Amino acid sequence: MTAPLERREWIIASDVQAIAPIVETVQGMCVAAGFAPRHCRLNIPVAVTEALSNAILRGNLGEPARVVHVAVLLESHRVVIEVTDEGDGFELDVVQHSPDEDGWLEREDGRGLFLMRSLMDAVESQRPDARRADARRGHTLRLILHRA
Amino acid sequence: MSFTLARTDDRLLVDVDGQLVVANRQEFKQAVLDEVEQGARLVVVDFTKSAYIDSSGLGALVSLGKRLREIGGDLRLAGLNDDLRTLFELTRLDALFPLYATRADALAGT
Repeated sequence: MTAPLERREWIIASDVQAIAPIVETVQGMCVAAGFAPRHCRLNIPVAVTEALSNAILRGNLGEPARVVHVAVLLESHRVVIEVTDEGDGFELDVVQHSPDEDGWLEREDGRGLFLMRSLMDAVESQRPDARRADARRGHTLRLILHRA
Repeated sequence: MSFTLARTDDRLLVDVDGQLVVANRQEFKQAVLDEVEQGARLVVVDFTKSAYIDSSGLGALVSLGKRLREIGGDLRLAGLNDDLRTLFELTRLDALFPLYATRADALAGT
């Protein structure tokens, strides 16, 4: 495993107004690390915004008492962003909608996961394991983008 | 993140300054809907000063476009840079909205 060049973590309340400062910080980290300008302008901010809004509004149902944990690991060849909420999680391939579906163009929501997967090299989901007594609570969405 | 609206008769120009995202999508949508209720029918959203849009922002545009079409109006988008065009192409929403180079083109429909 590659040692991270930089690691940052936040714990935020379930408030969408908390998203922008984190997005700007992650953007800045990637710019400073020399990631492709297009990735820094578009892929990273959109995907991170989607992951955070999903955690706040769907995972935590917008309940202010619930928190979201965000961790960014900047490595020499990639950036990994982990967003953990207090929800039960979901199966990526079950909940993702596709542009090939009927009604895609008319729907107001349901494009977030599609965008994350389109803009990142990998999106992984880790659901809480209720069988483990020491299991941490919550669902983690992991975004991975390699340096171009 | 801010936007300004300017209406002349049934034409409404909306400038988006910054991002159109989950944190401001409802405010944006309601502000445009209020103008539609007051008579706006051709709505041009200018993204010249916008950095990016998330799925919530895209959803707000879809909803507004649907509302305008229901009442015989139209929603047109202008000034999208290559990054923003990529988002519309990825989501295939470029098939739903005409994308114009400038607000003048959008107003003229050319």
